[in-house]
Amino acid sequence: MQFLQPHSWREALEARAAHPGARPIFGGTDVMVDLNFGRKRPETVIDLTRVPEIREWNREDGLLRIGAGVTYTRAITELGNLLPGLAMASRTVGSPQIRNRGTIGGNLGSASPAGDALPPLYASHAVIEVASTRGTRRIPVGQFIIGPKRNVLEPDELIIAFIMPEAEGPQQYAKIGTRNAMVIAVCSFGLALHPESRSVGACIGSAGPTPIQPRDAENFIEDVIEEHDLWESRAEIPASALDRFGVLASEAAMPIDDVRGSADYRRHAVGVLARRTLTWAWNEHRGVAG
Amino acid sequence: MKLRLMVNGESRETEVREGESLLYVLRERLGLFGSKNACEQGECGSCSVYLDGELVCACLVLAGQAEGSEVVTVEGLSEGERLHPVQEAFLEAGAVQCGFCTPGLIVAAHDLLSRNSEPTEAEVREALAGNLCRCTGYEKILTAVQMAAETTP
Ligand SMILES: Cc1cc2nc3c(=O)[nH]c(=O)nc-3n(C[C@H](O)[C@H](O)[C@H](O)COP(=O)(O)OP(=O)(O)OC[C@H]3O[C@@H](n4cnc5c(N)ncnc54)[C@H](O)[C@@H]3O)c2cc1C
Ligand code: FES
Ligand code: FES
Repeated sequence: MQFLQPHSWREALEARAAHPGARPIFGGTDVMVDLNFGRKRPETVIDLTRVPEIREWNREDGLLRIGAGVTYTRAITELGNLLPGLAMASRTVGSPQIRNRGTIGGNLGSASPAGDALPPLYASHAVIEVASTRGTRRIPVGQFIIGPKRNVLEPDELIIAFIMPEAEGPQQYAKIGTRNAMVIAVCSFGLALHPESRSVGACIGSAGPTPIQPRDAENFIEDVIEEHDLWESRAEIPASALDRFGVLASEAAMPIDDVRGSADYRRHAVGVLARRTLTWAWNEHRGVAG
Repeated sequence: MKLRLMVNGESRETEVREGESLLYVLRERLGLFGSKNACEQGECGSCSVYLDGELVCACLVLAGQAEGSEVVTVEGLSEGERLHPVQEAFLEAGAVQCGFCTPGLIVAAHDLLSRNSEPTEAEVREALAGNLCRCTGYEKILTAVQMAAETTP
């Protein structure tokens, strides 16, 4: 095995282009498990931790551009106020040891349907920036991830950053697992209210081959809010509409039975999480606690 | 390939294979057996060390990623024969049975207390969620961390 450690983005892209079979590594929390168990022995590993460009985040054209190498710990401490949904999701990841190393870029690279960073990205319509020596392209997260552990990265491409708007309203993330920490989600739900564009973003995690945006549920609740003029009045969303939102979300799920939970349980739980996260977020929009 | 790093304040250099982990380097190349090897998948925390000041699982760091870095293991917390207050507290509280999980827990507890000198029980549980112990049932470990919080300057 060959170990490469580029010190700039340009060098990283050149290394990637020269070694299409190479495996990039950042926090290593997925890659090292594979290496330690001899599951995958790549001929070359490219360590991206020394590339300053992908550890940074900044504002660009009114949006946040966040380097792929930003860890969960940093998402919590540095971005908690700007992206509360992503910070909530980050708090549910693994343990302090995992959050100190694991990155959102790595979560996108692994593209697990249970990846906790993903639903908040979907709920705020994040765009993933990938690059190779051939150039740069930006791909909406929902088109970036195309199947269980599959994304559209070409063999010569690297993820440099993701781009998403700063929160303009309340955001929530809820996850079901067998313990409070160190668990892969049985299922999860991310939600973001966008009062300026008068829209609601939602995403189901770990109940389908990819994270799923429940569009019928989103459209339904946007219509209800519009119809009753709730963005301005900040009145309660009728309980029947909250229920319906949960039902539509659970209908959008495509869960399977596995060791972590049955399909039926997951479908039910998605509905519960959808209703809850919307209730919490809407209460925050209304300025009432809990 | 050659790997250079600072371990517990000492500069070290060793030959490593590209695919091995920092944990392997610490134990098998540098003879530091404090950090334990149990799961090699980030689940048990028995390999917890500081890498450039951050608590990490050494089993999940690829050797080359530590080039030029500063590593502190459980061996680096005591001052000679004088144990660190976190270590004292573990002994005092009876938080050590077989002792396999202890080094990792000590480093993780040390990290918590350096960030939060008066953690609540919930905060201790959260901070130690990545460290497994098969023996103690955790109660005495929680006691030890609270004791250490009281005695750590
Ligand atoms: C004990 C434990 C608990 C965990 N708990 C959770 C959890 O609760 N929730 C969760 O979502 N995940 C969890 N994970 C999985 C893992 O921590 C996350 O997927 C994490 O986001 C991976 O990030 P990383 O930087 O460590 O990635 P790495 O392991 O370095 O890489 C992951 C993948 O992405 C690729 N990659 C990384 N960076 C780039 C880049 N810039 N460009 C292109 N490809 C890239 C790699 O080649 C690899 O295929 C856990 C893992 C462990 C070991
Ligand atoms: S051996 Fe590293 S976490 Fe278990
Ligand atoms: S004391 Fe034996 S594993 Fe913790």
